[in-house]
Amino acid sequence: MAEQNARLEAGGRIDRSERRTFTFDGQTYTGCAGDTVASALLANGVHLVGRSFKLHRPRGIVSAGVEEPNALITLRTGGRSEPNVQATMADLWDGLAAVSQNRWPSLKFDAMAVNSLFARFMPAGFYYKTFMGPTRGSWMFYEPAIRKAAGLGTPTREADPDRYEREHAFCDVLVVGAGPAGIAAALAAGRAGSRVLVVEQMAHAGGLLLAEPADSEAEAWRVERLAELEALPNVQVMTRTTAFGVYDGNVIGALERAWDHVAEAPRGQPRQRFWMIHAGHIVHATGATERPLLFGNNDRPGVMLAHAARTYLNHYGVLPGRRAVVYANNDSAYAAAEDLRTAGAEVTVVDARPQPGAEAAARATGIDVLTGGRIEHVAGAHRVRSADVRHAGGDARLECDLVCVAGGWSPNVHLASHLGHRPEYRADVGAFVPGALPDGQSAAGAVVGDLASADTVTAGWRSGAAAAGADEARAPFGAPAVAAALGHVRPDSQGSAPRKHRGMVFVDLQNDVKDSDVELAWREGYRSVEHLKRYTTLGMGTDQGRTSNINGLTLMAGLRGEDIPATGTTTFRPPFTPVSLGALSGRRIGPHFRPERRTPMHDWHVEQGAHFVRAGAWLRPWYYPAHGADADTAYVAEMRNVREAVGMTDVSTLGKIDVQGPDAPEFLNRVYVNGWLKLPVGKARYGVMLRDDGFVLDDGTTSRISETQYFMTTTTAEAGPVMSWLEYLLETAWPDLRVHVTSVSDQWAGLAVAGPKSRHVLEAALPGVDVSDETVPPMGVRDDETDDGLPVRVLRVSFSGERAYEVYTPSGYGRTLLERVHSAGQPHGLEPYGLEALSAMRIEKGHPAGPELDGRTTLDDLGLGRMARTAKPFVGDVLRHRPAVADENRRRLVGLQPENTNDCLRPGALVFPEGQAVEGHGIGHVTSVTYSPTLGHYIALALVEGGATHEGETVNAVSLVHGEHTRVRVVPTVFLDPEGERIHA
Amino acid sequence: MLRIPCPFCGERDHHEFGYGGDASIERPALDDRSMDKWYRYVFVRENPKGRHRELWQHVSGCRAWLVVERDTRTHEIFDVQLAADTMEEGARG
Repeated sequence: MAEQNARLEAGGRIDRSERRTFTFDGQTYTGCAGDTVASALLANGVHLVGRSFKLHRPRGIVSAGVEEPNALITLRTGGRSEPNVQATMADLWDGLAAVSQNRWPSLKFDAMAVNSLFARFMPAGFYYKTFMGPTRGSWMFYEPAIRKAAGLGTPTREADPDRYEREHAFCDVLVVGAGPAGIAAALAAGRAGSRVLVVEQMAHAGGLLLAEPADSEAEAWRVERLAELEALPNVQVMTRTTAFGVYDGNVIGALERAWDHVAEAPRGQPRQRFWMIHAGHIVHATGATERPLLFGNNDRPGVMLAHAARTYLNHYGVLPGRRAVVYANNDSAYAAAEDLRTAGAEVTVVDARPQPGAEAAARATGIDVLTGGRIEHVAGAHRVRSADVRHAGGDARLECDLVCVAGGWSPNVHLASHLGHRPEYRADVGAFVPGALPDGQSAAGAVVGDLASADTVTAGWRSGAAAAGADEARAPFGAPAVAAALGHVRPDSQGSAPRKHRGMVFVDLQNDVKDSDVELAWREGYRSVEHLKRYTTLGMGTDQGRTSNINGLTLMAGLRGEDIPATGTTTFRPPFTPVSLGALSGRRIGPHFRPERRTPMHDWHVEQGAHFVRAGAWLRPWYYPAHGADADTAYVAEMRNVREAVGMTDVSTLGKIDVQGPDAPEFLNRVYVNGWLKLPVGKARYGVMLRDDGFVLDDGTTSRISETQYFMTTTTAEAGPVMSWLEYLLETAWPDLRVHVTSVSDQWAGLAVAGPKSRHVLEAALPGVDVSDETVPPMGVRDDETDDGLPVRVLRVSFSGERAYEVYTPSGYGRTLLERVHSAGQPHGLEPYGLEALSAMRIEKGHPAGPELDGRTTLDDLGLGRMARTAKPFVGDVLRHRPAVADENRRRLVGLQPENTNDCLRPGALVFPEGQAVEGHGIGHVTSVTYSPTLGHYIALALVEGGATHEGETVNAVSLVHGEHTRVRVVPTVFLDPEGERIHA
Repeated sequence: MLRIPCPFCGERDHHEFGYGGDASIERPALDDRSMDKWYRYVFVRENPKGRHRELWQHVSGCRAWLVVERDTRTHEIFDVQLAADTMEEGARG
């Protein structure tokens, strides 16, 4: 077991008494409670942690936070496995197993590193230029291999066993970021009495203060302020929570990594929580990110941001190197140099500025400072070994095992830009800062250019107070003592690549974008930053270019001969950091994906062993097992039983709408294509409604219960849309009509009883209810009650073509009704039938249903044109006469049957004329298919160009999915009993 | 995320509402046989930047159809009325 040889004896906020054992690529190491995987690896002297995306170059740990471009690992195994986790953000738990990515066979020897030798042949756009060439096919051919060679981690294919949650939160003031400015803002708003929420992505609050020594005054400030926040009951601080997006209405999406810091979340607890935070006011205190500097081989393990080195030192108690070169163009790096020296490292500062001003103090403590200098390139493969430096005093080769780079700071303007407010370049701080923010948002701290100064705390305090509507008084506490050491985010010289150097100069480490790629993009005309990004992939990937954007932009600005503001920035879009799909869906997975609707008779079907099918949100019995284990056997038997004896089926899912009012007949007359004014009380009628554009919306039967009351049924699928449509018409088009519509779908249970013996069954099942042919003739309706008080609405309509009734009863009586019919039906051979048999029988009768009413068919397409009346206007009547909509050559409904009666037909098959090549979309498609036990062969409904004009012709039904070509004859749509005699049986 | 102040139910999340399109466009009278008018009513829409009157239905609430005046750039909502009230003001066929 390796020692933590780079761990300091004391210091940091980790707990040395709690050891954590973990593995990286199978090798066992130890770390401490409070470590991340990155800090624990560094504590063990491990710098090489991954291979780069395209060139497979060895890579190390660059940062100590969410900006990490390189140190991506795969955590956990099986369904919990997660690729591309930033080692810098992964809290260490005991027994953690981390695996490096994009290397084969091993991290130290990676076969694909050969890519690196060919780098000069693989510039930006290489793949597209080479493989998309003259034939599109070549890209299709090479792509899988290319994707395999270039890439990040591999996602698991197993289901994620963890629980995720989604929650809403409401607050007066949301503070994003718990650095000095955010803490001050939260205290100001909290003391003014506002409900305050603070979200902080790291495990600890403090922001840049976490890089200060644990025994410093700054730490004392941090601890005191956090205690003050803790004491306020109206303030809540959420750590490990990243605000990833700002949306309209001051809504913030945030991801809480609630239990990601342990191996497995405790039972019942979510691994992650997705928060939608509704904030009265947002204070952006998102801080700033340090940038690297450019030189040859600047991607070697051991090259690290200066602030990160300081964080590892002071927060994690890890000395990342013993001989450090600190390469800086601003003052902020001197704090890192001083801390490294104090911890025992030998430190040389290379300062790009000729007269930095800060060098005197550093030299006084024994740090060598080379001014007017730059690193040209570094040497070392798996760890940096030396740096070649050119400076005012000459050239030097500095032996080292750590290169800290400090290229200035980029404010984290992402969230403040999400609503489309472009960041603005502030010349006085030399950085992009949030542009004009909308009402209800403000920004303070490093994000507007104050890295950590007295101003930061004052600005944060004022921002918080203003958000709470309080006076902008002075903060009752001073600034943390780090202030003077950091100053502004402005670097005193902008970074650029050295003219002479060895090795490649990387601008974007995650995407392997080099300075030469930026130049190539410029040469080839991709000069807008948006084009640069897409051509070179600079700024893409899981880190979204947090450390590379400004350097890339600076290079492009230089090539264009313009300043940075003229060159502009790319657009910032959510999410700020990657969000797992699990967190976004929360508990809405599996059966909770959407509500499951069950009919009042559902439990009975379950008891019968029914197989269910999902119809929209509804669970409907598909078939019952009485006649065989599989659907094909069962539904044919169920159909036969209906046609020969009697069956019953649950129709509770039909949409039901109560239509009432003196103008109800006129209303129905307008929404249906057929006439309704003369329908007498006690009778029902089949109706079809159109949309305004003239296409069929839905069909169903509507019964007249009284002079002013109607009972409308809709298809199951369109129940919701039809209800909204009727409300729309009544409230926007015809508010003068005295009609009310009410959905009663859930109030009524419905049972269809069909078959020659259906009347006998009802007579026995509903004693006291007159269902004689005189009282309830075809299309008759009757409200009644049985002798013992079971309320029923009996409607004589047939979907199956047999004598049939729909019996409705209030939902609470649904099961009672069903059981009565079932037991009364036994002497008559009654059996339940499912949706498959129901659909099959309507196909035999040629009734259009869902597959035909697909929103693209007209009345004439469905053969219902004769229903349309001419005397009075109805909805959709004008536009259905548009020439193309009325064209007789449109696809119209026909019946099909196989020439060879043993052949099977397939729904979705395309129809081609005989002798025509199977190409394109054919002249039609098969919509509905069933086996007809009555006829002894398959039958189908289809929409075919010209419709019935093809009757008697032979065409081909081609199922490309099944590879089947079937010769079929075009026949009328009604396969069974075209005269409709059976409904009187 | 929009919040729409429903005249009946108060300020509610937009997830409770269904979008119904442009409210400024006038529906031809039912007995108007002009195909051009119906065509314009059904298919022709402006894509305004700024204030826009549009229909929303409070589907998961009181189910009322509302006319909402909204800024298409900022989503600021200026005015919400019951569709039935605003429609009665205009001449209808």
